[in-house]
Amino acid sequence: MEWAETVRTAVSALNARRMRSLLTMLGILIGIAAVMLTVGLGQGAQQQITSQINSLGSNMIIVTPSSSTSSGGFRGGGGTVSTLTTADAAMLADPAIAPDVAAVAPTSSVSGSLQSSSSTWTSTVVGTVPDWQSVRARTMGSGRFFTTDEVNASANVAVIGSETATELFDIGSPVGRTVSINGQSFTVIGVLASAGSSLGSNEDDTVVVPMTTFAARLSTSSSATSVSSIYLEGKDADSLSAAYQQVKTALLSSHQVTSDTADFTVSTQASLVETATSITGILTLLLGGIAGISLLVGGIGVMNIMLVSVSERVREIGLRKALGATPGVIRRQFLVEAGILGILGGLVGVGLGFGGAAILTPIIGITVSISAPATLIALVVSLGIGIVAGVYPASRAAKLAPIDALRSE
Amino acid sequence: MSLQLKMTGVRKTYSTGVVEVEALRGIDLEVEQGNYVAVMGPSGSGKSTLMHIIGCLDIPTAGTYELDGIDVSSMTEKSLAEVRNRKVGFVFQQFNLLPSLSALRNVELPLIYAGVNAAERKERANVALERVGLADRVQHRPGELSGGQQQRVSVARALVTDPTLLLADEPTGALDSRSTKDILALFDELNDSGRTIVMITHEHDVAAHARRVVHIYDGLLTDSAPVAVAQ
Repeated sequence: MEWAETVRTAVSALNARRMRSLLTMLGILIGIAAVMLTVGLGQGAQQQITSQINSLGSNMIIVTPSSSTSSGGFRGGGGTVSTLTTADAAMLADPAIAPDVAAVAPTSSVSGSLQSSSSTWTSTVVGTVPDWQSVRARTMGSGRFFTTDEVNASANVAVIGSETATELFDIGSPVGRTVSINGQSFTVIGVLASAGSSLGSNEDDTVVVPMTTFAARLSTSSSATSVSSIYLEGKDADSLSAAYQQVKTALLSSHQVTSDTADFTVSTQASLVETATSITGILTLLLGGIAGISLLVGGIGVMNIMLVSVSERVREIGLRKALGATPGVIRRQFLVEAGILGILGGLVGVGLGFGGAAILTPIIGITVSISAPATLIALVVSLGIGIVAGVYPASRAAKLAPIDALRSE
Repeated sequence: MSLQLKMTGVRKTYSTGVVEVEALRGIDLEVEQGNYVAVMGPSGSGKSTLMHIIGCLDIPTAGTYELDGIDVSSMTEKSLAEVRNRKVGFVFQQFNLLPSLSALRNVELPLIYAGVNAAERKERANVALERVGLADRVQHRPGELSGGQQQRVSVARALVTDPTLLLADEPTGALDSRSTKDILALFDELNDSGRTIVMITHEHDVAAHARRVVHIYDGLLTDSAPVAVAQ
């Protein structure tokens, strides 16, 4: 019996019980759509986090104080003293110690209440050095960044984010105007170009001031030399791991600790991406797995309906056998029916997945990215589920004896 | 004349759980090509079982059965299906047409399983339907046809593969007297043109159309003498 004829017979059998076929397909359909959406969501979140991390700068290394202290130690509340200092930053800037580090930017931050002549606003105030601009890959929208001379002179100058600028100075250029930060008066010398938000922090709502000025006038830390983190820029992508090792080794020896008792953490963008990827990967697997269970249930639904269909059509099967259908032909007939249920469910499910992705993306703000391979896999899986679910019912049908089948009224 | 079918010592035993039922207890039967045989017997006599074995729907427990010179007594299910497809045309009491298919598609069914291509199938099915006088009803579904017309569709289906044996199981059992007459006339015509017919019936006036009548009783053929037919 030709394939075309087998498919035609299967389609007409499914069409004869249209409502039931649709309901059976629904199980596969929902399962496929759910798997596609959850996996697409996971992949979208992953891409977004990765691109956010990459937008932080290029070839960046971040040193942060770590909570692991010497045994028995504890961290006090309030004015916590960071284990990182400006001296660490100065040491890492020395080409003799870390030759593959291109730029070093120690930073500290504090929440500041800002006041301009016309409005007030609250934002994060960062104290750092001119290298910050290069390390964080930020460009100026207008005006200029502060200079090393201004750092050395503890000048009262501030560079502000584009959103901060809009909030404080609604009309005219902010450059040259005065803003009060926690009661201290600063002159705005530049506005940063927009960089969007990254990892939950709004990069456009910020105030950057010289580190020395920050320590003298704004810092809440009890130590004038401590910094909350050190951003470093490697010379290029190839030497990044060398730079990473140089930074780690230098800090371990200057802090007189071993890797196990280190009071700081060194991460690269790559390691951040890796961590984020593994977290979203686990989440995706978990959600996809739950959605996969619904797909399995859909498959069981197909098997159930095919079994019902076989018992209902005992007489038809008997007649077909009497007219010359071999057991193999009957088996194939039912497998094709189950397969068609599966692939149709899969096709509509994929369509629903794409529709759902288009609707969800603007609502949750994360791109639900459904890839072509994922679509293809979904279709193959749905066809496979249909066929696997059809194996048992089809072999039942194939084994029916023609006389028993014909006799049944 | 060569033998269309030859049964020697055919026995069939069914096991219904605890009880063993011996439906056929040693049947010897020879039917020549071109003959028209009626098998008569009361219900429970084993005539359905005999018909199943003649039609290769089942195989005997013991004994041999040759159809058209081929021993089919111990064939596999797959080979039996092929023999049924090529050698036997069935006509059932309840017509057994597929309700969702047109008359034409119903008649095409055996050709589909024979692997005949679509164009030739359609051609041959149309010819068969014409042969039974239903050329103007090919696109009708069984539900849109009368009982007599449905049975003629099933005769067309039985003829379409050009089988050597036409096997009819109570072909007029569900028909009114007029349709019965039609179908029997059709059978007479087919037999006159050389087709072998074996027909199971319990009605004497139906059996009277046959050239030979055999009686089955308690699983044995009790009388296989030809009967003179008064039409």
